[in-house]
Amino acid sequence: MKPLLSLAAAAAIAALPLSAQAHDRFLLPSSTVLSAENAWITVDAAAGNDKFYFNHNRLALDNLAVTAPDGSAVQPQNVSQGRLRSTFDLNLTQAGTYRIALVNNGAFARWEENGQPKRWFGKPADLAANVPAGAAKLQVSESFSRLETFVTLGKPSALTPSGQGLELVAQTHPNDLYAGEQADFQLMLDGKPASGVKVVIVPGGSRYRDQVGEISLTTDAGGKFSVKWPQAGMYWLDADAEDDKTAVKQADKRRLAYTATFEVLPQ
Amino acid sequence: MRTLLLSAIVGGTIALPAQAADLTVQVEIPRLNAAEYHRPYVAIWIEREDQSVAADLAVWYDVDMKNNEGTKWLKDLRQWWRRSGRDHDYPIDGVSGATRPAGRHAVAFAGEAAPMAGLAPGRYVLVVEAAREKGDRELLRLPFAWPPAQPERAAAQGEHELGGVALETRP
Repeated sequence: MKPLLSLAAAAAIAALPLSAQAHDRFLLPSSTVLSAENAWITVDAAAGNDKFYFNHNRLALDNLAVTAPDGSAVQPQNVSQGRLRSTFDLNLTQAGTYRIALVNNGAFARWEENGQPKRWFGKPADLAANVPAGAAKLQVSESFSRLETFVTLGKPSALTPSGQGLELVAQTHPNDLYAGEQADFQLMLDGKPASGVKVVIVPGGSRYRDQVGEISLTTDAGGKFSVKWPQAGMYWLDADAEDDKTAVKQADKRRLAYTATFEVLPQ
Repeated sequence: MRTLLLSAIVGGTIALPAQAADLTVQVEIPRLNAAEYHRPYVAIWIEREDQSVAADLAVWYDVDMKNNEGTKWLKDLRQWWRRSGRDHDYPIDGVSGATRPAGRHAVAFAGEAAPMAGLAPGRYVLVVEAAREKGDRELLRLPFAWPPAQPERAAAQGEHELGGVALETRP
C-alpha cells in the first residue's frame, strides 16, 4: 500500500488550488440512468488536465464512499488501480439515486529545517506526529474536497446534503439533465449558501474540437446558479473556495473544493 | 386495452373494425436489412401540451425474460423513460406487451374505458418512440384534440426505426 498512499498524497497536493500544476480530478461513470432492476456500472477515477481522458494519473480510492438511495453504504467491487486510472464496479439493486463520492480531508504543511524546505501532506490527525511543532516558517493549511457523481436506477430520489465543506444542492436533479434545458443548482458551504463563488463547467469530448467550451459562472447572493446545457454529453463542474474556518488548530486556512460529473442527455 | 394485430393488409391500407374504437393508433415497424436484427422497443403514450404524460398506451419490450431483465433497455426509449417509464414497476398492467415484428400494427382504445375516459377535454399529442438494439432511435409526435368533435386523422412518416404512424379519433 505504501506507493499507493504516496501517490494519493501527490495527487492531493497537485489538486490544491494554489499549486501551479494542478491537475483536475474526475469520476466517470459508465451509465448514469438505468432501467434494470439489478444493474451494474463501472466507474473510473483519474486526474488530468483534459476532462474524462486518462492521460495523467489515477486517483486513490481510500476515501471512496458510495451511498444507496436508502442511505446505506454500497461496497465497491472489483476495485483496481491502473497507472492512468482507478476503477471500481457497483451493483445497483435499489430504485433511486446513488451518490458516489470521494471526500478528502487533509492537512498541508510547509516549513524549513536547517534552511531546507520541507513539506508534508496527510490526515489532520497525523499532523502533530509528522511536523515539528516549533518548525521555522511553518505554514499549515487544511484542505477539504468533495469529488462526486450520481447514478439513478429507475426514478430519481432526493439527495441529502452532508452539510460539510463545499457541496452542491441540486434543485434540478443531477440525473434529470437534458440538452437545451436549464438546470438550477445551489452551492453550499458548511450547509449555508456560498455566494460569489466561481463555478466552472467543462463539457467532455475536448479532443474532438478546438475550443474547451468552458462555461464560467458565479453563484448569486443565495449561492444559486443556473446553467443551460448547450449539448448532450458528460460535464465536469468545479468550484473552489478558501476560508479560515479550519478544524486543524495549527492551520490558518481551509481550502475547499467541490467537483462533480454530470451526464446531460439528448432530448 | 384491446390490441389488434393486422399483419396482412391488402392494398396498403389499414382496415378498421366496424365497431371502431374512439382512438386508434397505427404503427408501422419497418422491415430493415440488418446483419443482426432485434425487434425494436416501442412506447406509445399521450402527452399534454407541457409534455407531461396524460396516459401510457403501450410499451413493447422483452417482457418474457426472467427476472424482468428485458427492462434493462427501456431507458433507451429515453423520452418515454424520462416522462413516465421510470415511475413504474414492471410489467405495467395493461400497458406492457411483447415486441412486435416488422409490419403494421394497430392498437385501439375505447373512449368510455381507461385510459381515454380519464382524459380532460383539451389538446394532446400522441407520441410514438422506438429504439432498437444495435440500431437507431426515432420519435414521432401527432397532435390531436380530445374528445373529437368529428372523425380526425393525423399521420407522420418515420425514417429509421418507424414507418408510417397514424392516429384516428372519432366521436
